[in-house]
Amino acid sequence: MIVGERKPVAEILEMTKGYDKIYVAGCGTCVTVCLAGGEKEVSILSSLLRINGKKNGHEVKVVEGTIERQCEREWVGEMKDKVRDADAVLSMACGIGVQLVAEMYPEKPVLPALNTTLMGFPTQHAVWLENCRACGDCMLHLTGGICPVSRCAKQLMNGPCGGSQNGKCEVDSQTDCAWALIYEKLKATNRLDWMSKIQPPKRWDIAGYGGPRKTVKEEEVVS
Amino acid sequence: MASEAVVVSATEAKEKAQFDPRIVAFCCNYCAYAAADLAGSMRLNYPPNARIIRLPCSGKIEILYLLRAIEDGADGVMVMGCLEGDCHFMNGNYRARKRVAAAKKLLEAVGIEPERVEMYNLSSSMASKFAEVMADMTEKMRKLGPSPLRKGVAR
Repeated sequence: MIVGERKPVAEILEMTKGYDKIYVAGCGTCVTVCLAGGEKEVSILSSLLRINGKKNGHEVKVVEGTIERQCEREWVGEMKDKVRDADAVLSMACGIGVQLVAEMYPEKPVLPALNTTLMGFPTQHAVWLENCRACGDCMLHLTGGICPVSRCAKQLMNGPCGGSQNGKCEVDSQTDCAWALIYEKLKATNRLDWMSKIQPPKRWDIAGYGGPRKTVKEEEVVS
Repeated sequence: MASEAVVVSATEAKEKAQFDPRIVAFCCNYCAYAAADLAGSMRLNYPPNARIIRLPCSGKIEILYLLRAIEDGADGVMVMGCLEGDCHFMNGNYRARKRVAAAKKLLEAVGIEPERVEMYNLSSSMASKFAEVMADMTEKMRKLGPSPLRKGVAR
């Protein structure tokens, strides 16, 4: 899932300054699960905006609302009435949601309340680990299901590097060395010979370094 | 000027001393709520400023409850859970402590004194401690003055 975290309150107060009616819009999908921008977090941020307004003698009207998904036009369309009545939309979705809301309601300022941090799964409640960088050419079948693109600091295709120490990365002693993990996994599954297969240089153009990407499924496109 | 300032601060101090804080106390059913009951049976005196809300466990507290209490005009908010290690539900009071700490940070970020929200730990037999922390919080809030969100009450 896509993981985000709320921006510092001071930054949010600064970007919402001057707006009297603010629609705090949550997203019911990824950011709800990662406890950053769902219904509960919308209520907390809304309460903070009201407290700040009351304290400064400039009360703001805060409208709360969480839709199923801010990255799909059908759902974002449902935000219409609340967007119309607000001076600004403070979106608690990931960067994707913020952009779609901004695109669909071009007349309104749409402000991001979150920083989108990574794509990954939780290792324990409320802790998320980056597992995918959307590189566009998945190689997990070669690496025992452990992604060196997102989990190796050097993004090595043929690792580990000399900085791998006791299974940990030299960049941070708390971070597992992805290639040490890959080695152990391949060893445990009797595929250790895969370690000696040389992987050719990766195509970084399709990993996002060749300009914005687009995915099209031709047979489903309705023209 | 100096004497004026003295007069003003003396007036402020007087107003603060007269000010009657409004406190919301979220009490765990298994400790603080029972301790309040016992304090009553023991005829212990403590300030009547707190409105008690019973929770099934202090771990039921949400950051939002704390913020909403402040938003709606509470001068102080207390969360009272069992002694650490003694939670009826294993670790509810540890969770409560973390949420209180998080609420303090959030309130500070919007210019509200973090001391307005406090966590206390006690057991159901500690009636005198209950009376003591009630007096302690009331006194702290009196010193701090009314919440900036309460209009028309002298700070």
